[in-house]
This record gives sequence, structure tokens and C-alpha cells, in this order.
Amino acid sequence: MALHFELVTPAKLVRSEDVHMVVVPGTEGEFGVLAGHAPFMSTIADGALKVYKTENGAPEEIRITGGFAEVGDAGLTVLAEHVEA
Amino acid sequence: MASLKELKGRINSVKSTQKITKAKQMVAAAKLRKAQAAAESARPYAARLAEVMGSLASKITVSANSPKLLAGTGSDQVHLLVVANSDKGLCGAFNSNIVRAARAKAKELEGQGKTVLFYLIGRKGRAVIKREFPTQIAHMFDTTGVREAGFNEAEQVADELVAMYEQGKFDIAHLFYAKFRSALVQEPTSQQIIPVPAPTGAAKGGDAVTEYEPEEEEILAALLPRYLKTQLFGALLENAASEQGASMTAMDNATRNAGDLINKLTIQYNRSRQAAITTELVEIIAGAEAL
Repeated sequence: MALHFELVTPAKLVRSEDVHMVVVPGTEGEFGVLAGHAPFMSTIADGALKVYKTENGAPEEIRITGGFAEVGDAGLTVLAEHVEA
Repeated sequence: MASLKELKGRINSVKSTQKITKAKQMVAAAKLRKAQAAAESARPYAARLAEVMGSLASKITVSANSPKLLAGTGSDQVHLLVVANSDKGLCGAFNSNIVRAARAKAKELEGQGKTVLFYLIGRKGRAVIKREFPTQIAHMFDTTGVREAGFNEAEQVADELVAMYEQGKFDIAHLFYAKFRSALVQEPTSQQIIPVPAPTGAAKGGDAVTEYEPEEEEILAALLPRYLKTQLFGALLENAASEQGASMTAMDNATRNAGDLINKLTIQYNRSRQAAITTELVEIIAGAEAL
């Protein structure tokens, strides 16, 4: 099962894709989001998102600042003010 | 009656004016397309953030100890008018419309005995407001250094506004900008930005229990400045699109006017030329007959 992951900045929609798992550096600790995660909202500390495209693949890191994560039925949405690709 | 040479000079000068207005019109059309695309791509973020704010705001009640950006300072004595203008002219009544709306609001507030301060974004409009309210300009934010006002500028403005708000320099802030309706219509709009009006987005999926980390109130406090930035950014984008739209329309009119003027001058030129030739012929014929 795949997790739908969206990364949005004020200027544009950066990512919208299906991935295996995303590890998010929340302000109160890192958390990983897999498909079917319970509804959840958290602010994000400035740091790197780790995007696992496949279960055993190497993670891709995306540095973000000023972030906010929302997990809902539609998947994970990360709102970030700045993104370094 | 102007001489032939003078007429020719005027025709040439109007022609070169027309070239400029035509070029500016085409530039504006191209930039308008870009500005609209930028406004388009900013929408997902704004929509999501408004949604989140809406669902958060519906979960907590505004009380005295909720964040000041939401609850207000408890007074409404000092109003800050944030006026967003463009840096360049050649866009018809675009800037004066915005300034007029801000001035009307300022007069209205002053009539009620409130104190009015101005925060100006963009170069145009400074002169007018400075003339009328010379001592009430709190700050002039300069956007001439960048080509297009983007999120970084919105961020700086929002940070400065929040800092001023926290120092108690004002109680309520209104934002003035032109909403983009179409290339022909730009609506000067005013909107309260501080305290943040609670977003009225209906909370979706109210049955699912959402967990929050940290607590709702803390998230809200963290998101409020971001929401403000997003609103400012949205306004700047709308303003950019409006400016180009207004410029396109104004330059289209100017080009057409110049065309009309050239036609009129050309007719006048041809007539005077004809008259000169006729006079010369009459003189020659009269001279030949006299011999």
C-alpha cells in the first residue's frame, strides 16, 4: 500500500506522489508516516524530511524550514515555507 | 496654422510614443500571464493552510489568553493601514485607486477619533500619502530591489508587522490592495489582517479524531504568523497581476489614442501640403499669364 505524499510551499506544489514512508522531524520528536496512519497534525522543526520511495530503498532527504504536517485520509500533506531541493 | 515641418515633427514624435506604449502593452501582457500563473500556483498552499486554520479555530475558543494575533489587544484605538502599491507607473489608475480607498478609510477612522498610521509597500503612492498624512507613515517597505515581490518580501513585511504589533504600536491592521478580477477590472480591496479574522472554512471530516502535537493552541500560535504571511503573499500576487492587467489596458488605450492622433495629424499634414502646392501653382500660372 502506498502513502500519498504532498509537499506544498507558498510558491508552488513541490511534490505530489505515492511513496512508501516519510519520516518527519516533528517539533516533539521524529515520526514516520506509513499508509493508513491515524489523522494527525504536527508542527515540524527545521530539518530534513526522509522520503522512502520503496521499503528497502535509500531515503531521499528534503530540507525544509517552517513546516507543518497534516495526516488525513488523503495521505500526508507537508506545508513548508521554504524547501531546499 | 502649423508649418509642414512642425507637423512632420509632431507626427514623428507621436509615432515614437506609440512605439513605447505598444511595447509596454506587450510586455504587460506577457507579465500578466506569468503573474496569473504565480497566483494560480500559490493557491494550494493558501487553501490547505486556511483549511487547517479553520479546523483548529473551530476546536478552541477565543479567550483572553489565546494568542494576541487572534484575540486582539483589547483596544481599537490605533489602526495601521498597510497599503500595497506598485513600483512602476504606466498602469493607469491602478495606484491611485488603491490610495483613494486607503485615504477614504483613513478619513473615516479619523472621523471616529482613531489614530491612523500607514505602512507603505511599493514606491508609487508614497508621495500622495506623504503629502496628506506627513507624520503618520510608520514605515515604507522598499520592493524596488527585487523584480517581483515574492514570498520573501511577504515574509519580511509580516515579520515587521508582527514585531510592531507586539511592541503595541497598533491595535488593528488593514491591508489595501487591488484584487484581480480580469485584465479590465481590478478591484481595490481592504481586508483586516491583524487580529487575524478566524477563517471560516468548515472543518472537514469532523468524525475522525485528529491528534495534535503539540496542543491545538500551540499549533495555532505557530500557524498564525504563517497564515498572515500567506495572506500578504496572496495580496502581493493579486496586486502584481492587477498591475499588469491595468498596465495592459492603459497602454492599449494609449496606443489607440496615438493612432487616432497620427491619423488626424497626417490628414492635416496632407491638407497643408496640398494647399501649399495649390498656392504655388496659382502663383506660377498668374506669373505666366502676366507675361
